[in-house]
Amino acid sequence: MEDLIQVVDWSRLQFALTAIVHWLFVPLTIGISLIIAVMETIYYRTKSEKWLKTVKFWMVLFAINFAIGVATGIILEFEFGTNWSNYSWFVGDIFGAPLAIEGLLAFFMEATFFAVMFFGWKKVSPAFHLASTWLVAIGVSLSALWILIANAWMQYPVGMEFDPAQMRNVMSDFMAVATSPVAINKFFHAVTSGWVLASVFVIGVSCIIAAKGKNLQMAKDSVKVAGWIGLIGMIFTMWTGDGSAVEVARVQPMKLAAMEGLYRGEVGQELIGIGIVDEKERDVKYKIAIHKGLSILANHDADSFVPGIDDLIDGIALTPQGDTINTTSYAQRIEIGKAAQQALRDYEAARKAGDQAALSDAISRIKANYQYFGYGYFNSPEEAVPPVALTFYAFHIMVMAGGYLLLFLIVALFIVYKKPVWFDTRLARWIGILSIPVVWICSEAGWIVAEVGRQPWTIQDILPVQAAVSSVTAQSVQITFWLFAVVFAALIAAEISIMVNEVKKGSNKDIIA
Amino acid sequence: MEALQIYWWLLIAVLGGALVFMLFVQGGQSLLLETRGSVAKNLIVNSLGLKWELTFTTLVVFGGAFFASFPLFYSTSFGGAYWLWMAILFSFVLQAVSYEFRRKSGNIYGTRTYDAFLLINGVVGCVLIGVAVGILFFGGEFTVTRGNILDGQSPVISVWASTHGLEAICSWKNLLVGFTIFFLARMNAALYLMNSIDDGQKFFDAVRIKALLNGLIFVVLFLALLAVVLTSDGYTVEENGNVVAVPYKYAINLIEMWWILAALLIGVVLVLVGYGLTAFKKEYKGGIWWTGIGTIITIVSLLCDLAYNNTCYMPSLTDPQSSLTIANSSSTEFTLTVMSWVSLLVPVVILYIWYVWSKMNAKPMTPKEIEEDSHSY
Repeated sequence: MEDLIQVVDWSRLQFALTAIVHWLFVPLTIGISLIIAVMETIYYRTKSEKWLKTVKFWMVLFAINFAIGVATGIILEFEFGTNWSNYSWFVGDIFGAPLAIEGLLAFFMEATFFAVMFFGWKKVSPAFHLASTWLVAIGVSLSALWILIANAWMQYPVGMEFDPAQMRNVMSDFMAVATSPVAINKFFHAVTSGWVLASVFVIGVSCIIAAKGKNLQMAKDSVKVAGWIGLIGMIFTMWTGDGSAVEVARVQPMKLAAMEGLYRGEVGQELIGIGIVDEKERDVKYKIAIHKGLSILANHDADSFVPGIDDLIDGIALTPQGDTINTTSYAQRIEIGKAAQQALRDYEAARKAGDQAALSDAISRIKANYQYFGYGYFNSPEEAVPPVALTFYAFHIMVMAGGYLLLFLIVALFIVYKKPVWFDTRLARWIGILSIPVVWICSEAGWIVAEVGRQPWTIQDILPVQAAVSSVTAQSVQITFWLFAVVFAALIAAEISIMVNEVKKGSNKDIIA
Repeated sequence: MEALQIYWWLLIAVLGGALVFMLFVQGGQSLLLETRGSVAKNLIVNSLGLKWELTFTTLVVFGGAFFASFPLFYSTSFGGAYWLWMAILFSFVLQAVSYEFRRKSGNIYGTRTYDAFLLINGVVGCVLIGVAVGILFFGGEFTVTRGNILDGQSPVISVWASTHGLEAICSWKNLLVGFTIFFLARMNAALYLMNSIDDGQKFFDAVRIKALLNGLIFVVLFLALLAVVLTSDGYTVEENGNVVAVPYKYAINLIEMWWILAALLIGVVLVLVGYGLTAFKKEYKGGIWWTGIGTIITIVSLLCDLAYNNTCYMPSLTDPQSSLTIANSSSTEFTLTVMSWVSLLVPVVILYIWYVWSKMNAKPMTPKEIEEDSHSY
């Protein structure tokens, strides 16, 4: 058992490491591919050489990130099998389909037209090249769509049923999986946040380039394109962020409670802006809060009740309609989960004995109790609570950084259109440059909220992490974890160094000339 | 349901065939070891660089399709043969950055390091993917017990031997598969380079010799592998559900499924035609098309021979009853049907890949072209 816990912990660490590193590059490629496609469209329409040079400059930075994004992406696909093999079998009938569709519809498109985008300038017509650039951008977003459908399904499992004969979950409604409201919201939230990230990156790098004065016009043109895409992206990100809060309140209320460090909720619940979580005291200290803010955010109703962690453990929850009800406590869920598992054992025994009466009795008990199957692996309700402090801080960092970035994008557009002389000031440039790490922190924090907040579930309420792992030793996973850590550190160092050099090249010589 | 399982195994086999063909990229990377001069190396890397992502994607889609259609294979093989898959994974991670980084200023580790990464991926990628395929033919040390999911102390249903894939790497039969694929990839790589690079007669002749030498080694290894496979025991599922060993099972399958035998012969003949034309016509550049199509057909027919006719496509050496078949490891009828509708798009994908390939490779690559291209690898 101790080894199992260690295997689970190291497998979680390894997956978290890979996902965090992968997420450094994915939003940038999503956003910058769109920015480049827009820039190339301008070039195609104007035939202006300055736009061609601008496109080629940003394409180099795109390619560097794309390569390392691809490298880290394959690891995640493999790790579902190597580290979460039980998961792969238990829900592979549902989860595998989006992954395969992603490969067929998105990856081949990206891979094929990526080559045209970079090496096809003299081999294909300008129109075909432009189409290729757009197809790469579309392919990147299509890839995000299918992977987020898969991810959303883990957090809000729909369109499935449990088959006791095979001891696994099977798909019953593909459209329910593919068009799940959680998936659609997640897709738009993630993709448009990618636009924001790439835009802030482009603006920041443009500030570096502008500082040398040789490519000032290219920098300003880039800020204009990126600024608009970033601002549109930010508006959508905030809109879908609001949608996420409402959905999380409905389908993952424990995650919402952890995001706010809320242990006991109340009617007209405040929204914490800043505070320090005290997990021992089960409270948030030194907080600055917005009156009734969380009720408005979660339910769009200032006087609604928002359950806290202890409320949920005690069985006080919200209905999908937003009504407060007394429902199944976590202690009862554990009992129900264990009853479902016992029914499954009985089913197996009856099947082997050929006892039809016992079989149908077991099936009816499985159906009645399966909703909380995963709780049967727990011994206490606390095991079903995610890490509160990490989720809380990640959420608040994301919100604060997001607020700053909205302001930043508005000011950037204002400066470049209305006060271009300000763009030449050191202060403006330094703000632009220093905003680059802010947008990455915001993006990673968002991902941490989504993934840490749903712990300990791989599939919400159905399969906790300890039942999802592979039969490998903790030492094996520990070794590969450190190998990944070393490889990632080495590759990220090289990647940053190459980027800095490319930006220096862009700064020190007149690209347009 | 059975038809869907057969259809999906065929798709997996086609993807597997395409992957083995596309491993010419890895084969080409392994040729860097014996290539002298930075111009020649850059030519090879840039020519392969047009295709590396396609190979990478084919591997990812092969894995994704296997996951979607036969999830028990995915969970058993990946979760069990941990070290084998991790070694493959690391080699491909190194490859993915190497093309883009190798000649970029500020890459910290220098061009030679990234070329070494490409070399590692070229050798390790081919050989170990071959070892993974070898497990399908010659079995692995695993058990599958679905009821384990209810054991809170040890809930994993697929359990592998404690060596976790290292034993598979040490098996000479698996290594035979690995090195056969390796030399096939090297031969195909040399033929591809003959077709796609224009750097004078000296370069062409040098690559042609590589094609012929590697092709010769491949033919010898392939014949040995075929002999081993066809004389090996396979496992079959009897009507009562029991799994039993059957001597010469793969040979019997070929006799009982004549169309697979015919496809295998056609595939082998095509490979030999490509090799022969290259050997006997000094200026011939089209060998890659013959051997490429032959490679795909041969691999598809071998993978079909492996799984059809009630054959266990991944036998368990520990507990034969745990062996995987296309019937006991597949997704449900519903999922396979949904996926089959999606698979109707495969011809569209093949069409645009072929169109882009023909555009990008319309003219052979020259050293001047690389010099002038600011984004060359």
